[in-house]
Amino acid sequence: MATTLTVNGTQAVIDLPDDTPLLWALRDGLNLTGTKFGCGVAACGACTVHVDGVAVRSCQTPLADVAGARITTIEGLGTPAALHAVQAAWIDHQVAQCGYCQSGQIMQAAYLLAENPAPSMAEIDEAMAGNLCRCGTYPRIRAAVQDAAKRLQEA
Amino acid sequence: MSRIGTIARRSFLIGSAAVLGGVAFGTWRFLTPYPNPLQDSAGDKGGVITPYVVIDQTGVTIITPRAEMGQGIHSTLAALVAEELDVPWDQVQVMHGPPAKAYYNAAMLEEGVPFAPTDDSWLARTMRHAMAVPAKFLALQITGGSTSIPDGYEKMRAAGAVARAALVQAAAARTGLPADDLRTETGAVVTPDGTRIPYADLAEAAAAADLPDMPPLKARADWTLLGKSLPRVDIPAKSTGTALFAGDVRLPGMRFATVKMNPHLGAAMNGYDASAAETMPGVERIIPLTGGVAVVAATTWHAIQAAEAIDFDWAPAPYPASSAEMRDQIAQSFTPERLDAVMREDGDITTATGEVFEADYHVPHLAHATMEPMQAAAHLVDGKLTLWVGTQAPGLVQQHAAKAAGLETEAVDVHTTVMGGGFGRRAEVDASVLAAQVARAMAGTPVLVTWSREEDMTHDMYRPMATGRVRATLTAGKVESFDFSTCAPSIMETMAERIGIPLAGPDSTIAQGAWEQPYGFANYRVSAYRAPKTVPLGFWRSVGASQNGFFHDCAIDELAHLAGADPLGFRRDHLIHDPSRAVLDAVAQMSGWGTPRPGRALGVAYCLSFGVPTAQVIEVEQTEAGIRITGAWAAVDVGVALDPRNIEAQVSGAMVFGLSAAVRGEITFAQGRVEQPNYWDYEPLRINQLPDIQVQVLESGGPIRGIGEPGTPPAAPALANALFALTGTRARSLPLSKTFSFA
Repeated sequence: MATTLTVNGTQAVIDLPDDTPLLWALRDGLNLTGTKFGCGVAACGACTVHVDGVAVRSCQTPLADVAGARITTIEGLGTPAALHAVQAAWIDHQVAQCGYCQSGQIMQAAYLLAENPAPSMAEIDEAMAGNLCRCGTYPRIRAAVQDAAKRLQEA
Repeated sequence: MSRIGTIARRSFLIGSAAVLGGVAFGTWRFLTPYPNPLQDSAGDKGGVITPYVVIDQTGVTIITPRAEMGQGIHSTLAALVAEELDVPWDQVQVMHGPPAKAYYNAAMLEEGVPFAPTDDSWLARTMRHAMAVPAKFLALQITGGSTSIPDGYEKMRAAGAVARAALVQAAAARTGLPADDLRTETGAVVTPDGTRIPYADLAEAAAAADLPDMPPLKARADWTLLGKSLPRVDIPAKSTGTALFAGDVRLPGMRFATVKMNPHLGAAMNGYDASAAETMPGVERIIPLTGGVAVVAATTWHAIQAAEAIDFDWAPAPYPASSAEMRDQIAQSFTPERLDAVMREDGDITTATGEVFEADYHVPHLAHATMEPMQAAAHLVDGKLTLWVGTQAPGLVQQHAAKAAGLETEAVDVHTTVMGGGFGRRAEVDASVLAAQVARAMAGTPVLVTWSREEDMTHDMYRPMATGRVRATLTAGKVESFDFSTCAPSIMETMAERIGIPLAGPDSTIAQGAWEQPYGFANYRVSAYRAPKTVPLGFWRSVGASQNGFFHDCAIDELAHLAGADPLGFRRDHLIHDPSRAVLDAVAQMSGWGTPRPGRALGVAYCLSFGVPTAQVIEVEQTEAGIRITGAWAAVDVGVALDPRNIEAQVSGAMVFGLSAAVRGEITFAQGRVEQPNYWDYEPLRINQLPDIQVQVLESGGPIRGIGEPGTPPAAPALANALFALTGTRARSLPLSKTFSFA
């Protein structure tokens, strides 16, 4: 019943039924609480993580589907001491208000920029449309994604 | 348990250093008779004088006893203290502090006493009525009503000034130099020869001495932090997944739980059959509660799955079964018997003779739908309950959780975490009460109780359904009379039941956002009608102004069109308040009002709420895919702007909140149950549906105002007015997606 996967570069063995969504394996199994529960039905994007480099909604991803996969969560993207370019842009643009959706927003944005280093505004909107923000930080999200794109290109 | 324990554990939660041996300063002795909640944290060294500043060898920690729900209040309250204390912004640590009467919200009190008759000017009344929370909330520590800044503006600066003066006094005693020869900068007292004595070295002596008299506060010209856009203290953690929400608390041996309560709100549970759920994987325990059950399991998901598998026998709803019946009750309530209050009566409405305009406007129930569902962590051990919860009212939580756990209030410690959105929802105590009940049943074991999104959405305290009725007359293109009636069930009536405090008298939230508008109509009446109680109702960002802003402003817009006048100029001509005219001028300039734009149209709206005049302009465009919102502009006047970038974020975000409700927001009831269980059915606007938003922050220099809410009320009418300008169709009911097709 245990599932083995790599989380933020470290091998993890999760002893939960293999239909348990990755979200809850991370949060309640591994105590990695940076990934948030918002809706449980892939409507809000708060639970977004990377599975083998691809942004997925972890609330809809059973453990059975990610056995052996490489998982990156917000904690593994960057840390307060070593920020990812997207996180640095998020801080410089003072995006977060309540902050609850921002782990998912940042993971989605990091995936977008990995796939498309210079997205247009329409492409940013399209890529980020699955991530709800009740505080309405969308204008700053747009600005931060554009800024992060520049940072990554200059890096 | 001593407060030192409280603070040490809180320190654990937010990752800052412990404050053992620290020193707390503030305006304590000058202002309040309540016990200092940090008193016990002094330990053997020094003394805690007041509750807002703690200085120890790790630096300066500022206690910000208001809830951080995204509005940036911890940063701005801390900046008020840091400004007077002369500590650099990057060295400030911030802590919420324990629930305590010391942290009562004076602005909530001053602005919450309805019908004080001493000053009859509309502005004075506006100030007092800005938030209609009755005086019974006295001494309760509450975040809401955009009151944190009006409440803290003097108090927090005074705390910093007193602490600074005490530190200078201690330095004078140590050096033998006159205090007047000493100055302070960047966290140190500096002697005339340039020697720096860090505050940390002086804190103990400063605390031991008698406090100096209240020193004068800095002149605005001398501000170095206030008035500037500072980086918020909470944003790095919120950008790295390290901010600790209630659901992120993990304790050794913690179990995960959820609740499932009667979808007929407030009704009992007759019985249940959990035989299927009990055998599901990971399920550990099913606990009957009043009106529902809790399921304890290996993960939150297993608890939610099992809760769905329980067969319930729910008692019926104690209110009309459908939204249509509730709407009908409201329609029947515009009667003398149901008149709650005449909130304004200028001139004589009966003398009007001009061209008559009549209209009814309607809004539905709304949910808060915070991104973070309701959740709380709780641990009952050795007769003490510890709660971790994002709450706007930690004092209420403490009282009600104690009752639920069968304890004295003093046996409950509440740690207020950051919250994933509040918008009024977290002024309620239900999540904490249920967590306390689960903790009691699981005594000795820490539990995290997380609601499913469906449970959260269908067990809210909703923004009331409401109807506005306008009868106005025009003569010579001007408003001759404006008779505004608004009807809703009472929020305060249902809240009084929940918190167990009888609240007599009118509910001034019913007409909030209508009666205090600074229009100079010669004959102007605002009447509030109270419809019969239905479902539980709560404070929803901007409260009564969320519906009355729509009713009142749309009626003005219709009158402008009827008069053949420019809608913005029409409002401007009838306003008798210079800051209000200034915000209209600002949005006119920002939006290019009056400039032709083929295929697009503009709508304007104005509302004064929480003392803040706010004007907004929305631009809409007809596209093949439907109507798009292509532009959004807002101008506000907060009196004094402490952090312009954060104010801008609040106004912009509040506007999105209002637009989301305006376009698609609707909670409906059928068979006594909410019909929208998740975001697919109650879907806020997404990034691809909104334009960039420009905000201008004006400062008339009037009384300082809070800004969490005033950005919401004008959003819906600005959009409805824009849609009329674009299409010629006037929608008098929300949500607007029932009338228009949006892209």
